[in-house]
Amino acid sequence: MGLLIKNACVVNAAGESRAPVDILVEDGKIKKIAPSISAPGVEVIDAVGFKVLPGFIDLHVHLREPGREDKETIATGSASAAKGGFTAIFAMPNTIPAIDTAQVVQFVLDQAKKVGLVNVYPVGAITKGRAGEQITEMMDLKRAGCLGVSDDGRAVMNAGLMRRALEYASMAGLLVMQHCEDEHLSAKGVMNEGEVSTRLGLRGDPIIAETVIIARDIELARYLKTRVHFMHVSSARSVELIRRAKAEGIQVTAEATPHHFTLTDDAVKSFDTSTKVNPPLRMAADVQAIKDGLKDGTIDCIATDHAPHTLEDKEADFDCAPPGLVGLETAFALGMTELVGNGILTLTGLVDKMSAAPAHLTGLVNKGEIAEGRDADIVIVDPERKWMVTKEDIASKSKNSPFIGRQLRGRVITTICGGKKVYSEK
Amino acid sequence: MSTSSKIMDADQVRRAVTRIAHEILERNKGVDEVCLVGIRTRGVVLAERLRAAIRQIEGKELLYGILDINFYRDDLNIIKKQPVIHETLIDFDITDKKVVLVDDVLYTGRTIRAALDALVDFGRPSSIQLAVLVDRGHRELPIRADFVGKNIPTSKTQQVKVSLQESDSHEDGVVIEG
Amino acid sequence: MMGWKHKHLLDMGSLTKDEIGLVLETAKSFKEVSSREVKKVPALRGKTVALLFAEPSTRTRVSFELAAKRLSADTLTIQSTNSSLTKGETILDTALNIQAMNVDLVVVRHQASGVPQMLAQGTKMAIVNAGDGCRAHPTQALLDMFTIHEKLGSFSNIKVTIVGDILHSRVARSDIQGLVTMGAHVTVCGPSTLIPIGIEAMGAEATCDINKALKDADVVMGLRMQKERQQESFLPSVTEYVREFCITPERLRLAKPKALVMHPGPTNRGVEIAAEVADGPQSVILEQVTNGIAVRMAVLYLLLGRKSK
Repeated sequence: MGLLIKNACVVNAAGESRAPVDILVEDGKIKKIAPSISAPGVEVIDAVGFKVLPGFIDLHVHLREPGREDKETIATGSASAAKGGFTAIFAMPNTIPAIDTAQVVQFVLDQAKKVGLVNVYPVGAITKGRAGEQITEMMDLKRAGCLGVSDDGRAVMNAGLMRRALEYASMAGLLVMQHCEDEHLSAKGVMNEGEVSTRLGLRGDPIIAETVIIARDIELARYLKTRVHFMHVSSARSVELIRRAKAEGIQVTAEATPHHFTLTDDAVKSFDTSTKVNPPLRMAADVQAIKDGLKDGTIDCIATDHAPHTLEDKEADFDCAPPGLVGLETAFALGMTELVGNGILTLTGLVDKMSAAPAHLTGLVNKGEIAEGRDADIVIVDPERKWMVTKEDIASKSKNSPFIGRQLRGRVITTICGGKKVYSEK
Repeated sequence: MSTSSKIMDADQVRRAVTRIAHEILERNKGVDEVCLVGIRTRGVVLAERLRAAIRQIEGKELLYGILDINFYRDDLNIIKKQPVIHETLIDFDITDKKVVLVDDVLYTGRTIRAALDALVDFGRPSSIQLAVLVDRGHRELPIRADFVGKNIPTSKTQQVKVSLQESDSHEDGVVIEG
Repeated sequence: MMGWKHKHLLDMGSLTKDEIGLVLETAKSFKEVSSREVKKVPALRGKTVALLFAEPSTRTRVSFELAAKRLSADTLTIQSTNSSLTKGETILDTALNIQAMNVDLVVVRHQASGVPQMLAQGTKMAIVNAGDGCRAHPTQALLDMFTIHEKLGSFSNIKVTIVGDILHSRVARSDIQGLVTMGAHVTVCGPSTLIPIGIEAMGAEATCDINKALKDADVVMGLRMQKERQQESFLPSVTEYVREFCITPERLRLAKPKALVMHPGPTNRGVEIAAEVADGPQSVILEQVTNGIAVRMAVLYLLLGRKSK
């Protein structure tokens, strides 16, 4: 069983192939790349007119299983990922129970294997039960298959505990992924604190709730000489702090979400609860700074923070509705529309942010690039195709997208994971 | 093409008002307990003129009020343009008074029906009489005027336009259009 | 005069100067109705108005109820602080149930900002916001403006000073929007922790200096100070608030001699306003209550007294 992709215009982070090539896939690997390959009896995909990219890798996805299978399951989340062109997704540990032991890690891996669509990498919790009190058995988590740890949804508020976590995770070889939010400062805020929150009378979550954690963790990483990864960076000041830390040689990395480089807090004026997200949508200058940070490399990668919620949960009032939006299926198109379309990144730059960089950050050496011998995780896209986001088209179990009704550019045509076609546009 | 013909000129309007003033006095045997209530907008102007005419004839000042009948209309659900509400000013008790309601044109009778409902909410007059400048017919309710300036036969498709200097900044007159 | 084109009344920001003028003018006529022996006109006969109150409020509810009844509309009240209504997730469902009973207009009060807008989008009924979260309380602003206009005759060149917990006040927000639209100058004053970021963008001047705020004011409005703000560290103590910000007779002397004293009620006497001031000759607090009915009648009439689409 193999696959042959004909007329592939390959785009890697390193560059674009000068002339179309053929790619032969066998046993889940890219066996051969050559100007013309003939392989009788093998299924052929003609990629003429399209671009062929390394499968996207999302460091930040909420699959909700175990515990909230009404919102999403590993099966539906995997299908949503495949439709969005993702071949590897990192599952956040804020499930019920939390992914804080090797057993839960194993459960997620088993479920993902049963589903058999995309690679699922469970992210372990930093602290037991994500309670912020005791660090988890990180060596065991690592052995069970974790590549990173996070208490996502909450920051590790105790700086002393964070120090221990960074030290211990460094020994275990795990990437510490921080949700940057000082909960005393965010103080149950439901949107960005600023003119718009004042006008709307909604409780504000100020930018400083994010920046004080980033500043603190930069100091910890500097002192301890460990790595730390900042998730869903949302503000201009955060980008500036990370830029300076990188210039000083501190081992910090960062991700940004498509919604934070696309939307401002103006979107909340609709009171559409799918615009309620944590960290909240910020202001125009912040959106610009995220784009600048992606352009100059301050922000290493794009992650979706795909956070499905049921209609029942999201139909609540703005104060009560849970934060989060579904992002797997719109990420590439938003990258094309907002970043490539506006000259922020080239297509190769976007491939770096969505494939190569996240693979590199998490040590997935066989992913993130189309090259002979690498895993056959490939996505075929039409970068020019315009399409309308509709509720009906969303494969995720939840439909909480603020982009419904929006016209976007860039469509995933076919997703191949481990040499197997896992999504194909009808 | 619409046609337009003048039915009353300024002099005729003036004479009609004077005549109605006399009729009111005659019918009520003087002015005791008589008061005037004008229906916005032109009824108010006519009521003021009647009041002045009676002052001239009798040397007495009648009580007088202004009524906005829009709250009482039965067509709020039907008409397209919502009427702008103005104040009703009746600062005396109408109970046991002889109220003379004044309006410019009597047509279907619905405005008067609304005015009667409104008046009843203000008290229990001993009688209510109706004075109009023009009665153009086509009643839809069992209502008639006690004092009429001029009866004008019209068809339903025609429009009767009354202009009064105080409200229309235009010479007094009544015109039929259509 | 121009007509009314809104189906809902959700906030003051969506009303133009002319539209606010129309509401105030219409309210004048309705104020007369409430002074009659028979305080009722048939303008909304056959219409049904539901009062959906998810947050306790006697004054506003009673005011709306009387307004609707004086227009001959039928009313029904769904008031709840303990049933399903307190759960945000069922408010739309509750509204749809009300709609299924052919109710024409819903007056809604909710502790979360944006709920009236959500109902306006999710149902076919006309929606009147009777206060949502910290966002808006348009009929309160309109009755405040009616009272100011009745007493002072104009909005231009008048200084309105609002003192207290601006951060949590929907009344302050709606008053600012309405008054600024009409050309008045609005100053808000309170402890720095209770003045929201970016309030200047709504057109108000903000200061923590009570003397400066009250100086030459034409209108001085106090806002209710909730004792819970102390627990949330917005205030060190109520005592300190009283010392620094209470509208006392001495402080009131800084304002113009005939400055109006207003309060949306209920007042915390001796906290945000001294009893002598609340009951003093400059106080129009009870007239605000009277005017509230007229303004709400005007709003209900403008929204319902016409052909429904």
